[in-house]
Amino acid sequence: MEERAEILELLRENARYSVADLARMTGLDEAEAAATVEALEADGVVRGYQAVVDWSQWTDEPVQAHVELNVTLDRETSYRDIADRIAKFSEVRSLRLVSGDYDFALEVEADTMGEVSRFVSEKVAPVPEITQTVTHYIMDTYKDDGIVFDDEDDDERLSVTP
Amino acid sequence: MSRGEEREEPPETVPPLQPSDRVASVPPSGIRRFFELAEEMDDVISLGVGEPDFSAPWAAREAAIASLEQGRTSYTANRGTRELREEIAAHVTTYDQHYDPDEEILVTAGASEAIDAAFRALVNPGDTVAIAEPAYVSYEPGVRFAGGDPLSVPTRAEDEFKLTPEVLYEHGADEADLLVYCYPNNPTGATMNREEITAVAEFCMEHDVGVLADEIYAALTYSGDHASIATVDGMRERTIVFNGFSKAYAMTGLRLGYAMGPPGAIRAMNRIHQYTMLSAPTTAQHAAVEALRSCDDEVAEMRRQYDRRRNFVLTRFEEMGIDCFEATGAFYVFPESPWDDAGEFAEALLEAESVAVVPGDAFGAGGSGHLRASYATGLGELREAMARIERFID
Repeated sequence: MEERAEILELLRENARYSVADLARMTGLDEAEAAATVEALEADGVVRGYQAVVDWSQWTDEPVQAHVELNVTLDRETSYRDIADRIAKFSEVRSLRLVSGDYDFALEVEADTMGEVSRFVSEKVAPVPEITQTVTHYIMDTYKDDGIVFDDEDDDERLSVTP
Repeated sequence: MSRGEEREEPPETVPPLQPSDRVASVPPSGIRRFFELAEEMDDVISLGVGEPDFSAPWAAREAAIASLEQGRTSYTANRGTRELREEIAAHVTTYDQHYDPDEEILVTAGASEAIDAAFRALVNPGDTVAIAEPAYVSYEPGVRFAGGDPLSVPTRAEDEFKLTPEVLYEHGADEADLLVYCYPNNPTGATMNREEITAVAEFCMEHDVGVLADEIYAALTYSGDHASIATVDGMRERTIVFNGFSKAYAMTGLRLGYAMGPPGAIRAMNRIHQYTMLSAPTTAQHAAVEALRSCDDEVAEMRRQYDRRRNFVLTRFEEMGIDCFEATGAFYVFPESPWDDAGEFAEALLEAESVAVVPGDAFGAGGSGHLRASYATGLGELREAMARIERFID
């Protein structure tokens, strides 16, 4: 179990570590490291691997929005049911049930502001259980998935010191 | 006397501002030459760095900033703020060390200042100070600046560079007045467990040798717990322990360390400290209080990162067939040089592949034939450095 936690932490740090490097860092042999990665995937702990993108450095910056959703539940409809309906849309990057003033926090991504607006007003808002939506457009991203977007990684240390 | 007439030559005099004999007797650090070679080159991946690649934890930096905003820029008490000494006293109980913040702790500008003050406070001209080597480069000069006679005690590769009573006897350290060592060790990464440190303690008690224990890397121990010689029965009164914030808290540039020991010795060191330094950097002291109060998680995380890199580097050397004992502390490994002359190897490696390592003999006797490789460098660079070393020795 401890190896699994260790490998999981390393994959979260950098999913592109090779199996050989994962083995070297943890002291496992390569076969064990590979099996641990596979088990994490098979058990549904690791659901995928993606790049963390700083869109401001890319030519076509997509429009992203954080959307608050309020819903009403009834005997036949649970949070899960509503989530399943909304999560299926490809525009939805993430969907979380949260505590506080609203129920769901939704991350929406599309090519233009218009697309995001239309998506929210035409696809999300009409869902019968949804009583209110509040859309916040993302204006700038400073840190994402634990990675700070800056250029401050210059190593100022002297190259050889005692 | 008419113009043009030859003046009588004055007797030959030495121009002013000559270095004293004491300074002249100490050569510049052997590391310096490598630094200069490396600095001339582009794209060097350096495994020659003796400090963390992390920044100080943000909470500590923020405390420093806040203290500046509040204008807390005056001197502090010579021994350091009481607040900081109390935090230090509480912190070191982790290592089963118990010191009175009023009488037994001195906060200094880096552990280096504390070690220098200890030499000057405790060494009389002609006193012998045994130095377990390979060692941090400052001990021998420090002893010489204090007028003492350094005695080199080289540890052995076959002992994994641990200090043993055998080597202490072999090199005559039973006649020494003081013993200075550093474990976890720079440059080898060696650590000593309780049993091993107890054997050294017994030697010191039997031969009445005082101990200066540099424990600056105590928090960076990867196998078992750090064992301090000061916690061996009978040793507290004959040991000064040095620690600080540079390594564990990645605060090298803030220059803050401390010494802990019996009141008389600390008083003597403070006499020097109060006349030379007055007090350790105030801003750094504020950062250090916060570091001790709230940065345990960051320290643990840095330690975890170092440990992974340590595993990585050790495995890579093993894959290359380079002999390297399993270093369990600090952030160094100390492989055998693939060539007999480690200095030549290091220089050729730097020229051919732009990878800097430091030849072991820069750290004194016992280090020759080895290389110090620091893993205080990101994994991406370590991976590349190892690939280059592999290519070079093929």
